[in-house]
Amino acid sequence: MNAPLSSADRSESACTGAAIRLERVSVAFGEHRIVSDINLHVAPGEFVCLLGPSGCGKSTLLNLVAGFLPPTSGKVSAGGRPVHGPGRDRGVVFQSTEALFPWLTVQENVEYGLRMGGVPRAVRAGAARRYLDLVGLSHAGNRMPGELSGGMRQRVQIARVLVNEPSVVLMDEPFGALDAQTREVMQVEVDRIWRATRPTILFITHDIWEAILLGDRIITMTAGPDATFKTVAKVEIPRPRELTAPAALKLYSELREDIGSEVRRTLQAQGLLREAPAKEAAA
Amino acid sequence: MTTLDTETPSYPSAASETRPATAFFDTRLARLLTGLFSVALGLAIWEMLSWRFQPLFLPSPQLTFYAVGELWEDGTLLQSIGASLARIMAGWSLGLVIGIPIGMVMGYFSFVRRLLDPYVEFFRFIPPIAFVTLAVIWLGPGEASKVALILYTTIFIVTINTIAGVLSVSELRLRAAASLGAGRIQTLLTVIFPSTIPYMVTGARLAMGNSFLTIVSAEIVAAQVGVGSMIWTARNYGKTEWVFVGIITLGLLGYTCDRIVRFIVQRLLRRYAIAV
Repeated sequence: MNAPLSSADRSESACTGAAIRLERVSVAFGEHRIVSDINLHVAPGEFVCLLGPSGCGKSTLLNLVAGFLPPTSGKVSAGGRPVHGPGRDRGVVFQSTEALFPWLTVQENVEYGLRMGGVPRAVRAGAARRYLDLVGLSHAGNRMPGELSGGMRQRVQIARVLVNEPSVVLMDEPFGALDAQTREVMQVEVDRIWRATRPTILFITHDIWEAILLGDRIITMTAGPDATFKTVAKVEIPRPRELTAPAALKLYSELREDIGSEVRRTLQAQGLLREAPAKEAAA
Repeated sequence: MTTLDTETPSYPSAASETRPATAFFDTRLARLLTGLFSVALGLAIWEMLSWRFQPLFLPSPQLTFYAVGELWEDGTLLQSIGASLARIMAGWSLGLVIGIPIGMVMGYFSFVRRLLDPYVEFFRFIPPIAFVTLAVIWLGPGEASKVALILYTTIFIVTINTIAGVLSVSELRLRAAASLGAGRIQTLLTVIFPSTIPYMVTGARLAMGNSFLTIVSAEIVAAQVGVGSMIWTARNYGKTEWVFVGIITLGLLGYTCDRIVRFIVQRLLRRYAIAV
């Protein structure tokens, strides 16, 4: 790890992960505090899942690293450089496939980043084909995004990000809008693609199983507003992971309890949770 | 139909779910026939009304038809159409060429928007007809004044629609472009421009309709040839049927122009997902 990577090592894995560091980061909109005092260090090439109930500020953290949002206080850096706005070193896979450009073919969508970077036509066409192949879409290059299924569109988004060879990939509930079966397929795919390319991944999800399947580390967050980290779990299960492994089941129940207590807290705060609702309903 | 459906083990399709009563009226032929029937009905009502009035008050369809022949024979009709169309096309195209970039820049750079907004918000309520006299005084009775009025008509509609388009570009796409390495100008050209095309098309089509409105008023005031001046000349000869010819010509011309724009849009701009 300490030795500098030789050029041979670099060519083996297209992307080389970079560290992400958040130091005492807080975000507030006026009086409304979203997240407070967040410290996070993601090692180069690490796969970290942020897990938490909706509205807890997971996406806010991702937007900070992406550079879409400046922190109110604290420092955000990626690859040792402070983040000042979006950049091609930090690719983002969005939950909504609205992020694709519907007027470009799949191939043109994947080439987009390289075209903006001034890469010659022939070179970027070859690179796009390689990454379409990686996500299993080599046959769909000439189709329009609108003609594809939700799962295929997310594959296009992933290829479009990876072709830039970013050192950090940020994924904001990328499979949240997919049906359960497609989602399972995509989870296995992301695990495979990450192992093949090895960028640093910050992956946001509210699906506990998804986090266990993919993360080197799983970080749970407290319910917002004013959210912060609750627990950090290292996942030591070898990949590709089987969710039926006893370690996975044990981790699941722990995480479920962590998240569940936060959800209950939120519901109580909103006045939506009453004790023993079942009996009342029956009466 | 329903018994057939139960016997055929097929998946429910749109066709089998349609009630038999409406199925016929959805066919291509039936739609065409319905349109033709509607036109025929209109003509019949016009004919019957014309029996009750003097030709000077309401000329019959037949008399109008003869007037078309008359105006076609001596070349007046074709010349009028040519002159009016040329003015509309020149002013409208210029309006698009100028209005779209203005709209893009106003939409994207809020400083420019605030700078120009007072003028846009002021002039868009002033109908082109109000400027006919000024146009003639400033630009003379030639083609320039008419083209300028069409340009004026077009530019605000197109600019306002383009601004609306730029402002409604999905934030997600802008973020995607930025994190893929696109700069501000690159984003404007490769994301905002294509995203805004449907709005531009809407603006262009609305402007085309309004251009017909403007051309008639402009030509009535100051023109030797054109559909508008043809309508105005008819007054001098007491030829009400020429007015009808002018009106029908305008309607058909407008319809044809819109169809042509739609056709081009569907052919060339299909990938920008424009519903026309």
